[in-house]
Amino acid sequence: MSPSNQARGRGRTSKGMFRIVPLGDSAITIEFGNEIDPLINARTISFAKMVVDQGWSGILGIVPTYRSVTVFFDPFQWNLSVLAKKLRGLPRPGPKESESNGTVHEIPVLYGSEWGPDLEEVAAFAGLRPADAIELHISMPYRVYMLGFSPGFPYLGPIPERLAMPRRSTPRTKVPAGSVGLADRQTGIYPSATPGGWQLIGRTPIVIYRKTGATPFLLKPGDLVRFKPIDRKEFDRLSSETQHDDY
Amino acid sequence: MNREPPHIIVVKGGWLTTVQDLGRYGYQQYGVPVAGAMDSFSAIVANRLVENPDQAALLELTLKGPELQFEQESVIAITGADLSPTINGSSLPLWQSILVPHGSRLSFGSPRVGVRSYLAIAGGIDVPLVLGSRSTHCASEMGGFRGRPLKQADSLCTGKPVQSIKRLPGKRLPDHLVPRYNRTPILRIIPGPQQHFFSDTSLATLARATYTVSPQSDRMGYRLIGPTIVRKESMRFISDCTTMGALQVPPDGQPILLMADRQTTGGYPKIAVVISADLFLAAQLAPGDTVTFAPCTIAQAQTVLRKHRAQLDTALPPQESSLLLR
Repeated sequence: MSPSNQARGRGRTSKGMFRIVPLGDSAITIEFGNEIDPLINARTISFAKMVVDQGWSGILGIVPTYRSVTVFFDPFQWNLSVLAKKLRGLPRPGPKESESNGTVHEIPVLYGSEWGPDLEEVAAFAGLRPADAIELHISMPYRVYMLGFSPGFPYLGPIPERLAMPRRSTPRTKVPAGSVGLADRQTGIYPSATPGGWQLIGRTPIVIYRKTGATPFLLKPGDLVRFKPIDRKEFDRLSSETQHDDY
Repeated sequence: MNREPPHIIVVKGGWLTTVQDLGRYGYQQYGVPVAGAMDSFSAIVANRLVENPDQAALLELTLKGPELQFEQESVIAITGADLSPTINGSSLPLWQSILVPHGSRLSFGSPRVGVRSYLAIAGGIDVPLVLGSRSTHCASEMGGFRGRPLKQADSLCTGKPVQSIKRLPGKRLPDHLVPRYNRTPILRIIPGPQQHFFSDTSLATLARATYTVSPQSDRMGYRLIGPTIVRKESMRFISDCTTMGALQVPPDGQPILLMADRQTTGGYPKIAVVISADLFLAAQLAPGDTVTFAPCTIAQAQTVLRKHRAQLDTALPPQESSLLLR
C-alpha cells in the first residue's frame, strides 16, 4: 500500500460511505470507504459486530477487513436481495464510533540478528541506526486492521512512514513462526511458519495462533498491539514457557 | 472418540488425496481459509449415497487415485471424476453405493473424465474436528488427516454407520442428474464488486473470450491464460474478502479463478464471480482445459442453484446430521 492510502478519512464521502455489493450469489460485501484508515476500519468492525449480534440463522461467515465487511450466507436459506435489505436496515456506525475498544496486547520482540535478518536493511532504508529503527517501531501502538494471509496473521499499522520499506522482491519460502515483519505502512506477525515476503525485523516468543484449543487466536480485528523489545535471555525464558504447536 | 482398529490402510497415497468436508466456515475473520471439497455437488452426492450427512468427511482424490486396503466390510460410493476405480481388479461403477468386502483392495487407473473424484464411506472418515470442520488445508497444515495429503502406510478410521450397512448398497443417482463434465465448459458469472475498476471493453472481453487453465493451478486457484483484462489506472484497490469462484485480476491482466483453498483476503480487484451452480464444472478442470464465461443475473444464479438442489433432494434426500459423527 502506498503511504497516501493512509490518509485519515478525508472528506464526507469516504466517512459516510455505505455501499452494498454482491460477491457472487452467496455473499454480500458492505464497503465503508476506499482507504486504510483507523476510523473507517472501526466503523467496519462495529458493523460486523452488529451483524453478528442479529443472530440470523443461515449466516456462514461475517468477515471484516480494512474497510469492508463480507457476509456469507446459505443460498438455500436466503435470497441475496432479502439479506441486502436487512443489512441496509441496520443502524450504521457513525464517524464518531471510532477508536478501538479492543484489547491492548503487549508483544515482546527480540529484534535483529538471526531473529530479524532484515533489520539492518530496514534501518539503512530509513537512514537510521538499527537501534533507532527499533525505537521507531515500538514508538506507538498499532491497530489490528484485519487478519488474513494465513490463519491468525494480523495486518497492523500504520507504522511510521520512515520505516515503510516495500516488501522483498523475492519472498522467502519459509518464514519462522513468530517473525515480526513490515511492508510499506504495515507491520505484522507470522503466526506459523509460512512463505512470506515482508522485511523481517524481529521475532516474538509469544504464540498468537494455536491449531488446537478453545481460543486459537490471540488477536482480533480492532485490538491494539504494542511491541516491546526484549533480550535473548528473556526471549529464551518466554520461549520455554510457550511452544508453537506444529504437528 | 473411541478408536477402533483401522478401517482403511493406505497402500499408495495417489497424487493428492485429502480428507474434505463442505468447508471450515466461521473463522475467516481470523484468516482461516474455508477449504472443503472443490466439487461440493459430487461430495454431497457421495455422502447421500451411503446415507451420511452432507457434511461428513470423505476423500477427495486428484487425477491419480490412491490404493486402499479395506480392513472391514464397508459401503462406499465414488462420484465426480472417473479415475477408473477398480476393486480387487474389477472395475467399479460411479454414482452408486457399493458393498466392499473385508480385505478388498481399491485402486485407480488413468483419469477418464474430470480431475477430482470423491470417495465416501458409510460412517464418514473419522478425523478430529478442527475449528468445526474436518477439511484439510495443506498450506496451513490444518485439519483432515494430520493436516496433509494421505501417504503410504497411513491408516484411517471411520465413524459408525447409522444403519446396518447391509441395506445401503445399490443406491444410485438417477442418470439425468449425473453431471456431464467437459473440457471446454461455459461458466456463468455475476459482475464482481470491483467491476468498475475495469474498462467496458475488458468486461466485454471477459464475456466473449476463451481462457486456458494454466499449469499453475491447484486447490487455491487457477491461473487463466487469455486476452488481457485492463484495469483503469486511477483505481487503487485495498485488500478485502475473497470467495470461491471469484475472478481476480492481478496487474498482468491474466485472471485468477479462486477455488476452495484460497486465502481469506486478497489484494486484487474481482471483476466477476462464477455462480455457485457452475463451480462443480470449474472443480473438474485440468491444466490445458479451456473456459468461457457467460454473464448471468443473481436471480438466475439462485434459481438454477435451487432447482439443482431440489432435484437432488427428490432423488436422494439428505440425512439428519445429528445421527453420526459428533
